[in-house]
Amino acid sequence: MRDSVLIVDLNNYSYEIEQRPDLFEKWIGGTGVAVQLLKEYIDPKADPLSGDNVIVFATGPFTPAYPLASKTVAMFKSPLTGNLGESHAGGRTATSIANAGYGAIVIKGESKKPVYLVIENEKVYFRDGRVIWGIPDSLIVGRIIAENEPGRGIRTMMRIGGAGEKLVRYACVTTETYRHFGRLGLGAVFGSKKLKALIIRGRKKYTPVDPKKFREVYDEIYRTAIESDAMKKYHLLGTASNVIPLNELNSLPTRNLQSARFEKADEISGEALAEYSLGRRIACSHCPVACIHLATLRIPYENEPYFFKTIMISYDYELIYSLGSMLGVGSRDGLLRLIHRVESYGLDAMSTGVCLAWATEALARGIVSEKETLVKLSFGDVESYLKAIDYIYEQPNEFYRHLAMGVEHASGIYGGKEFALAFGGNEMPGYHTGHATYLGYATGLRHSHLDSAGYSLDQKVKEMTPEEAVDRLIAEECWRQILSSLVVCFFARGIYTADLISRAFEPLGVEITEEELKKKGEEIYREKLKLKIDMGFNPENLTFPKRIFEVKSLHGTLNEEFIRKAKDYYVKKVKEIVG
Amino acid sequence: MKQLVVKDIEKCVGCGLCMYACSRKSAKTPEIGNSKSGILAVSLSGFERGATVIFCRACKEPPCAQVCPTGALKPKKGGGVVYIENLCLGCKYCMDACTLNAIFEREDGKIAVCIHCGYCANYCPHGVLAYEEVKA
Repeated sequence: MRDSVLIVDLNNYSYEIEQRPDLFEKWIGGTGVAVQLLKEYIDPKADPLSGDNVIVFATGPFTPAYPLASKTVAMFKSPLTGNLGESHAGGRTATSIANAGYGAIVIKGESKKPVYLVIENEKVYFRDGRVIWGIPDSLIVGRIIAENEPGRGIRTMMRIGGAGEKLVRYACVTTETYRHFGRLGLGAVFGSKKLKALIIRGRKKYTPVDPKKFREVYDEIYRTAIESDAMKKYHLLGTASNVIPLNELNSLPTRNLQSARFEKADEISGEALAEYSLGRRIACSHCPVACIHLATLRIPYENEPYFFKTIMISYDYELIYSLGSMLGVGSRDGLLRLIHRVESYGLDAMSTGVCLAWATEALARGIVSEKETLVKLSFGDVESYLKAIDYIYEQPNEFYRHLAMGVEHASGIYGGKEFALAFGGNEMPGYHTGHATYLGYATGLRHSHLDSAGYSLDQKVKEMTPEEAVDRLIAEECWRQILSSLVVCFFARGIYTADLISRAFEPLGVEITEEELKKKGEEIYREKLKLKIDMGFNPENLTFPKRIFEVKSLHGTLNEEFIRKAKDYYVKKVKEIVG
Repeated sequence: MKQLVVKDIEKCVGCGLCMYACSRKSAKTPEIGNSKSGILAVSLSGFERGATVIFCRACKEPPCAQVCPTGALKPKKGGGVVYIENLCLGCKYCMDACTLNAIFEREDGKIAVCIHCGYCANYCPHGVLAYEEVKA
């Protein structure tokens, strides 16, 4: 197991490597270790956009031992919520960090001038980043660095686009062109540190303690991944397969959630994208699934006949929701162009879509005027949205400066909070399934639908009390701390059961029972919750925008009383848990 | 004789399972990582253009063996090379000599090269690689 931690200090361009078996033995890796490292290195009151913020990247003990353990956890203080930020990405991030010899990397301080970092095994190179600073397109930045740096095939290349440089609070960090530390503004944290990119490469190894068993468990995981139904959904249409079922369940947020059914859902469904646009599929490193779906978009030159540009655009359910149905965009090409624009600047697609959806409704209601929005935003109007995305990056006026700080912030300035769809300061994901999903967005420690899968609970269980809902969400989130500490892809959660995890640890020289794993999940949850509270999280302050109670969901019209009771119960639970 | 062959390079998704399989290929001393791997999955200047795999194509007259000063790399009957690790200085002349860049540096400074054992083909989930008889 990897227990080396690299600590990079941008204040004085120095670094050190520490062996921390204590951390990895007790807290596994990923989320578990990142929480502890962040606690060690950050002042919880730190300004997220100052040199006092700290970024931790952590991988787990199964990387690169087993397939599907292909994710990295990033932890930092979020400039979007002002609280704990945690974001996960695949690509080659995890395998490259592990093959360079590290369990985790800590980046602290801030550079005076733009730099990019290259980590190669035990060495760190601080490269002059002035020439690539100011290039707004993260795809171009990637190509330039690729030409200059070795490590083809074994390197990860995290970078920011213009949005990160301009400190858009929901700027992402892009890696391997199409994967992202998407949520909660890691891109702005990079930007504030004048860190344009981070390249990691290495060719290291370690050995299992039980070679025979190691190969047996590996084969079992591999066979399950390619032969069973556990990952079929991701094999075929990808996450975009959710569009039609969610639409039929009254659960697809549409036009800033003025509706939960989109009449053009068929046009932007996983099925339609596969039939008309899917051009290629690719995989994260050490994952056989290849769930990354790339659409081909052919765009004619504006003024020249018979000239075309052909671009590949990665799509997933959340992007189809946030830049499609949420904005009333039902044309596939229009949707793909919006995704491409967001990808170029390195913006989080979900936050961008929700911010623009709010702005569109705010304009229609006269809360803001075209003087603020500069373009006549209206649902379905792709050209206006393309322009507005440029403005979020450029921030040419007061309005876009506020919009670049998130929908909760912008609605705090201009009004319209009742239809500003953020939870804990984070713009909502695309599931209007019922009470549990919203409770999950609010109480999840990342305010992510993947924290506790409320959307799934809503679909599985017809009737539950507010208390049951909260208990089940917390229990699921506790277990997922194990998955995100290992760090295995959440899409592989059906494969990595407690039993398998316990058996997979054995040949690596770690004995841990299923019961112990579950207990550890609860401990990691508690540690993370405590860190959140230290950073100012108060569950009593959680709010739920009125809009969610106005639109019929899978569970009919949602009940404010249910949510109030659940929140009260959650407040009580938090006190119990942290003691 | 059997060799590792590419069936359809356009199907490669760049997952790199072959690379990790290569590291695991020794039943007695499997490794976790990529140090010893003689095969590499890469993107084609960014994943928008797809991916490919790089490994020894079993040349009939392998330049790598010709430049090896110690005989650590020896031409194999039917093409390709055998690698005698104990003789390897780690000079890496072979890496320069290979037109495909299909020889890699290990963590300990020696080299990793595909010996056409075919183990990785069992782990290629998308039918890019196969291990099969080729005409000598």
